[in-house]
This record gives sequence, C-alpha cells and structure tokens, in this order.
Amino acid sequence: MKKLKIGDLEKIRDKVRRTANLRQGKAKAKITVHMGTCGIAAGAREILTNLMSEIDKKKIRDVIVTTSGCAGLCSREPMATVEISGKPPVKYVDLTTTKMKKILEDHVLKGNVVKEYALAVGSERTY
Amino acid sequence: MQDLSLHVLDIVENSIAAGAEKIKISINEDTARNKLILTIQDNGMGMDKKTLTRALDPFFSTKKTRRIGLGLSMLAQATKEANGSFHIKSKKGKGTTITATFMHDHIDRKPIGDMTKTLMTLVATQGLDVDFLYKHHKNNYTFIFDTKTIKKDLKDIPLNNSEVIKYLRNNLKKEFKKLDERSNK
Repeated sequence: MKKLKIGDLEKIRDKVRRTANLRQGKAKAKITVHMGTCGIAAGAREILTNLMSEIDKKKIRDVIVTTSGCAGLCSREPMATVEISGKPPVKYVDLTTTKMKKILEDHVLKGNVVKEYALAVGSERTY
Repeated sequence: MQDLSLHVLDIVENSIAAGAEKIKISINEDTARNKLILTIQDNGMGMDKKTLTRALDPFFSTKKTRRIGLGLSMLAQATKEANGSFHIKSKKGKGTTITATFMHDHIDRKPIGDMTKTLMTLVATQGLDVDFLYKHHKNNYTFIFDTKTIKKDLKDIPLNNSEVIKYLRNNLKKEFKKLDERSNK
C-alpha cells in the first residue's frame, strides 16, 4: 500500500466534510477496551473490532474508542470501561460482542448503565 | 494466544505503554529457507540490563496491577514450539527490538492470523499519536503499510476517522490477498 489514490482521497474528503459539523463538539463518551495480554487472549480485539463497526453503522461521531493495559482482574476479561463526561466511569466484565453492543446502545447512547454486566456501580467512598 | 497477529497486538501494546512514537513491524516469510521471521522495533523507553535479563520470566513484570508478565514469555514459548528462536535487544532511553523466528512449515507454528484486524485496532485507537510501519515480505513479494505517509496524504483529515479506517481496512485486506496470490511458489 504505497500511496492513497487521489480519487479515493477526494471521496473520503467529501464524506468527512459532510459529517464534520457533528464532530466539532467535544466527545461525550470514552470507551476503553482493556488490551493487555489477558484481554487479548480472552478476545478483546474482537470486542473492539465489532464495537468500531457498530459505531460506524450507527454513525456515532462523538464517542472515543481507545485501549488500555491489564487492570489486574484477568479472570474477568474481556473488560471495557465506559466514561460519560461528568459521570463516574463504569467497568464492564466478561464481555461478548453482543453484550458490548447492548452497552453501546443503552449506556453510551441513552445513559442507562447496564447493571447486569457491570463489575460494580458507583464511585468509591472518599474519606 | 491463538495466532501471531494477536501476539503482535500484544507486543505492540507493550511498545505503546513504553511511550514509543514509531513502531516498525516486519514479517518475512522465506519458504525457501523455511523460515518466518517477525520483528517489532520501537523507540520507547527501553530497558536497563537488569530488567532485560528478567523480561522473558513469566513471573516478572513492571506493571503494578499484577506480578506476572506473560506477553513476551508466551511469544518466546511459541517460537520454541516451532523450532525457532527468540531475541530481545533493548537500550534504556533508545527502544526495544524483538525478533521471533519460526520454522515456517512446522506443524506447531502458529498461523499468522488476521493481521488486518490487529493493524486496524492499533491505527484506530493509537494512530494519532503513534506511527506504524508494517512490512510484509513473502518470497519475492513485499508490501508496506506506513501510517506516516498516509497521514501526510490525508492532510487535515484525522487518521482515526471512520471513513478512513474503512478505506484502509479494505485496502489492507486486498493487499494480504495479493500477497497470498503472488508469492506462491
């Protein structure tokens, strides 16, 4: 893959321009898929690949997807952390692609935490 | 890990955690010499001699969350299972290079796997901060995927834009298909 063809680049440019307005604002949510050795071995790459294609299908532009390392709870991988701006982060465990899809639809888009997949809900008490 | 593409993702995540900004991944399949050589080179923080000697120990890790570190040791194990070898070179402040060699047609040599998925995972999540150079050489055929030149071509469009990702994914799939067709001997 040496260079992008000019024609292809123009096509991408056109499509991006049409959606650019939507992306001006700050991201409203961040999804972090844990991509440590344990996460990868448990299928985190598949979770992330599917999540990206769902985000693309639903034309969501204000969600950031990123990766992190091992969180120390290897037996509950694949894991992901959802952070909605202004709200405490929620860690989800034992994920599958279907669970991740539900989390995207319910938590990320509608703001309802999917309690049955979450490790724990709520911030820890600060003394 | 089921295949080499997952190992690559794992090791590159190490490089990113070590603060690398340039990561070179190369796969060389030489069927005449019956070898498959995987190298990953980064310009991260590197390791001092003491850390380097323990890097392949599964009960050693620098991360704080767990006291075990299986990534490198599992890749080293995979090379041994396929009659190969594993080398790691590192200099504090300069970066780390790993070389994993396998016997190409060994029955226990892990398949390469879906390298497109690994590369797209890396590009979509880390592509803005890290430059990836992927080079795949098979017999007399080579292809190169270089996010630095792609970024230059895209100018103001971010590399992790979903349209760009879709385009790159399709192109990579085509390149791997071409590699399979044209390198057969």
